Amino acid sequence: MARITLSNLAHSYLPNPKSPADFALKQMDHVWQDGGAYALLGSSGCGKTTLLNIISGLVRPSQGRVLFGERDVTDAETAARNIAQVFQFPVVYDTMTVRQNLAFPLRNRGKDAAYIKARVDQIAAMIGMEAILDRRAQGLTADAKQKISLGRGMVREDVNAILFDEPLTVIDPHMKWELRTQLKSLHREFGHTMIYVTHDQTEALTFADKVVVMSEGTVVQLGTPEELFETPAHTFVGYFIGSPGMNLLDAKIAGTRARLAGAELALARDYGTPQGRTQIGIRPEYVSLTEGDGLPFALSRVEDVGRHRIVRGTVEGQAVNVVVPEGQALGAHLTHVGFAPERINVYADDWRIEGGAV
Amino acid sequence: MDKVQNNKAWFLVLPVLVVVAFSAVLPLMTVVNYATNDTFGNNQFFWAGLEWFEEMVTSSRLHDALGRQILFSGIILAIEVPLGIYIALNMPKKGAWASLCLVLMALPLLIPFNVVGTIWQIFGRVDIGLLGRALAAVGVDYNYTNDPVDAWATVIVMDVWHWTSLVALLCYAGLQSIPQAYYQAARIDQASRWAVFRYIELPKMKGVLLIAVLLRFMDSFMIYTEPFVVTGGGPGNATTFLSIDLVKMAVGQFDLGPAAAFSLMYFLVILLVSWVFYTVMTSLDRQEGR
Repeated sequence: MARITLSNLAHSYLPNPKSPADFALKQMDHVWQDGGAYALLGSSGCGKTTLLNIISGLVRPSQGRVLFGERDVTDAETAARNIAQVFQFPVVYDTMTVRQNLAFPLRNRGKDAAYIKARVDQIAAMIGMEAILDRRAQGLTADAKQKISLGRGMVREDVNAILFDEPLTVIDPHMKWELRTQLKSLHREFGHTMIYVTHDQTEALTFADKVVVMSEGTVVQLGTPEELFETPAHTFVGYFIGSPGMNLLDAKIAGTRARLAGAELALARDYGTPQGRTQIGIRPEYVSLTEGDGLPFALSRVEDVGRHRIVRGTVEGQAVNVVVPEGQALGAHLTHVGFAPERINVYADDWRIEGGAV
Repeated sequence: MDKVQNNKAWFLVLPVLVVVAFSAVLPLMTVVNYATNDTFGNNQFFWAGLEWFEEMVTSSRLHDALGRQILFSGIILAIEVPLGIYIALNMPKKGAWASLCLVLMALPLLIPFNVVGTIWQIFGRVDIGLLGRALAAVGVDYNYTNDPVDAWATVIVMDVWHWTSLVALLCYAGLQSIPQAYYQAARIDQASRWAVFRYIELPKMKGVLLIAVLLRFMDSFMIYTEPFVVTGGGPGNATTFLSIDLVKMAVGQFDLGPAAAFSLMYFLVILLVSWVFYTVMTSLDRQEGR
């Protein structure tokens, strides 16, 4: 096990990349701490899988180094890196039995038979396949096959890291939850570094201690689920995390005041006079409907999602969503929205700026 | 809901039945006719029963030809199948080189059989052929017209040259259908090159490989044109395979009765082997589906 360092890393699938747009992965420095449970979150095509394949050595980066601990493994073969990886779609060796499939990574590394048997039985119990251990893998259902893939990923105890590439896509929802819980308990028990790629925020937030959010080949934020929620470092994080995402409104920022829609809002910190496109962001959970304080709000519809209601509308043509707790009355007299000042984040050109103390 | 019984649909099968009757069944029946009768010309036939069959089954001439045939098919399968797999594994997977390789590989398959024979007949000649002259120049005593071993070698190399591409192309198609994730998983699992072949590539190629073996067996078992053009079955009877012997008997000696009996048995052998292959293949498929 080791800390994984990505230094000055970038990757392009083109032989001679010219503009930044040619890079699937833009230049980054990143450290994955030993024993961390990370989720790598981002929309499809943002470079998550590329990053994962670079760590496991399936793809050689166009530039930069990959370090395991102090060892430079940039040019090392996948096999030499001692990494486990589970892919999005199940990969099983059709002609082998379930047992042989699970034992395969251990047999290739020359472990003794008694150890292999014990370990395979342990993993089989974990993925609930003891009963069909001696059946051929071929002809099993997709989610059974994916459980075998997961099992093969976890069967080695001494791996540097276990990488999961959207492993639960083909698994049915009930089993998804169960397997995720098992992965989590496995992590607690053995302390492997785990990197879990997903585009599902619920999956990311429930699995990981630290979530890495990627957008267009760049890591935009690394933080705990709480940090991602309260202080998104980039407008993409604000919009991508949360349901519905953060409200983002163009505003002029001057010191502790934000001007928009013919009104002035108080901010909790002093932001000076930031340049570029300035926006304020606030979670729908921290917006309240009022009878006249705050900004004029044009309501367009109300969605009842059970635990609460989502009120959708606009402030001067810009979309604003409000989460209204259950039990609170709605009515025509609520014509304005108020923002809690300490919950407002300020963005300049999509990046969050840290205000100074007032 | 009751199913409506309507047997009129059978009439739609009628055209096929008529075509098959004229193209296959009737010609075959004339062969059966020859095989069970004797004639002294004038279109007069005398019932001979199974006499021709008895004669053929006990004929040492036929036994020898059959032995040579089995040896020939065995040798070319033993060379072409592993060689075809090896070539398919080493062909480029994509890009301009892959296209070029495919075209080059397909070329021998497009050449008419008698042209292939002529090419090798000239290629191997000691007086004017490139191969024959070259071998003579380096001191190899090679002459396919009077040395049985040389004749066999020439015929086998010719068949390998002509047909290995078929096996290779079929295997290549099978290999192309393997998703990249399998190879990636194998690298993660630290599988050796042999294990990748044994557990990923071979299982995925199995279907096309069986078809390739079946096609090559049938074709080589019926081979006629190429060896006939090159060696004419000689020297002596050294490369007289079943088809060549059959033609000699039927057209050369005009022994229509024995030749017809011979043809029928020949046909049944090929049918039997193909049926066994088909059964094995489908039962393997059924096992997989379980």
